[in-house]
Amino acid sequence: MILNASGCLDALTAPKIARSLDAYVAKTVTLEPRSGNAQPRLAEADFGLLNSIGLQNPGLERFLSDVLPRLEELEMPLWISVGGADAAEYARVCERIGEHESVSAIELNLSCPNVDPAAAAAAEIVQACRAVSGKPLYAKLSPLLPDIAEVALSVIDAGASGLSLVNSLRGLVLDEWTLEPRLGRAVGGYSGAALRPVALAAVYLCYAATKGAVPIVGMGGVQSGKQALDLIAAGASAVALGSVLFADLEAPERVRAELDQEAQARGFERPLEARGAAHQTAAV
Amino acid sequence: MASPRRESRRVTASERIGLYTMLRVERGRLEAGLPGQFFMLDVPGHVMSRPFSICLARKEELVFLINPVGPATHTLCELQRGQTIGVFGPLGNGFRTDVARPLLVGGGIGVASLPYAAQVMGNPPTVLGFRTSRQAEAAELIPKAEVCIEPKLVTELIPASAVDVLACGPEPMLHAVHALAPDAQMAWEAPMACGFGACYGCVVEVGGGSRRLCVEGPVINGRPPSSPVIYDEAAEAAGAEAEA
Repeated sequence: MILNASGCLDALTAPKIARSLDAYVAKTVTLEPRSGNAQPRLAEADFGLLNSIGLQNPGLERFLSDVLPRLEELEMPLWISVGGADAAEYARVCERIGEHESVSAIELNLSCPNVDPAAAAAAEIVQACRAVSGKPLYAKLSPLLPDIAEVALSVIDAGASGLSLVNSLRGLVLDEWTLEPRLGRAVGGYSGAALRPVALAAVYLCYAATKGAVPIVGMGGVQSGKQALDLIAAGASAVALGSVLFADLEAPERVRAELDQEAQARGFERPLEARGAAHQTAAV
Repeated sequence: MASPRRESRRVTASERIGLYTMLRVERGRLEAGLPGQFFMLDVPGHVMSRPFSICLARKEELVFLINPVGPATHTLCELQRGQTIGVFGPLGNGFRTDVARPLLVGGGIGVASLPYAAQVMGNPPTVLGFRTSRQAEAAELIPKAEVCIEPKLVTELIPASAVDVLACGPEPMLHAVHALAPDAQMAWEAPMACGFGACYGCVVEVGGGSRRLCVEGPVINGRPPSSPVIYDEAAEAAGAEAEA
């Protein structure tokens, strides 16, 4: 299953690309509107991209009235990413979004590097959301966590249905001449090719800790079918594409086709048969 | 509106014009779009594509004017005939060209979007301002343009009676143009990673709302952004020093 990473595609401005995905993951919605961070918001970094968007979104009410109905017209599975300042805010948004049949799953953004960290612990947020919504809940975790597997177990214990691994790292780029930070907010989310081994490790560790019992969406710098297969071998049951979507409009179809070929070349009839293959020989 | 395509295209020529470089690429099946629209050009060895307004459109080629201010633009300026690059466009909203009394106003590398406008509109009156005489060599792209060099500012060349202003240039210039011609169509610039509304990198505040310059600009009519866009003073200064 090929998805987009939240915030890396607007299905309303690029519906054809969205339809080439197996599910569309919407940009994070918060209870109140957020205008996002100051410019500049983007800078190129070694091996990747630095962003500081700041969860810009129209807020829950306008999302429900203006955005969701138009997303529903795509007639495809919709995942909605949800953010908030505390557990109550996450739960309020989840409850309202969960009322919509068109929403297949909710991804809890527990890890945006560009906003102040949520005061409540990840498990507390998941528990509050689980109490108000029966939708599948995916906990999106940060690669900056010192023990991501431990947090994965705690959010699953709190009611998460699956994991989204990983959000971006934190990075800084300085201007070549002035030596000042290139981003308005100085430090931003670092994504792209550099994130691949980081995401792979996170998926590997969380798959091992959960014994493959929950679905895992792997993401971070995937540009090819082989890189998607690596994530599946480490334990992902789906793969999300991020910044590759900015440069390759046909990335979902291309990666899907390459993934099939790469899996078959290694004796797997379907890519998901390779899930966890990395764990068969190595001790965790 | 022309529909954007992403194609790999061959460079047909790269020519210096003062401090800037005119990059010519095969047009193939790409549509030129409207003056003020832009294309994302892939940069060899770089992760992010970069946006460039369409400078000139010929039957066989598209022309972009590039100011070498950083590593990516330097790479583009050094492309040789025969090399291929990814080209994606046309993107965004262009200038409305069916206006009664047009005046084209350009500042610095903002001149890039005006030769195509002049071509489409039959060479209307044009005023251009530059920091240095070497930058001003780009004025030759627009026949009969009136040119000034700092300390004289391009806004001093705008007649009081100017009505239908189409402007592109650095952020302070656009604000000054707006003060003189409140209904001016102005092309703005901000860093962007995608060019089609996905990344939210190019968002500016306009009239109390957020707009993505890639899909709701780069040409915005009447109201200038209230939040700072990006005007790279450091890069402009470095360019001027490089010339001196």
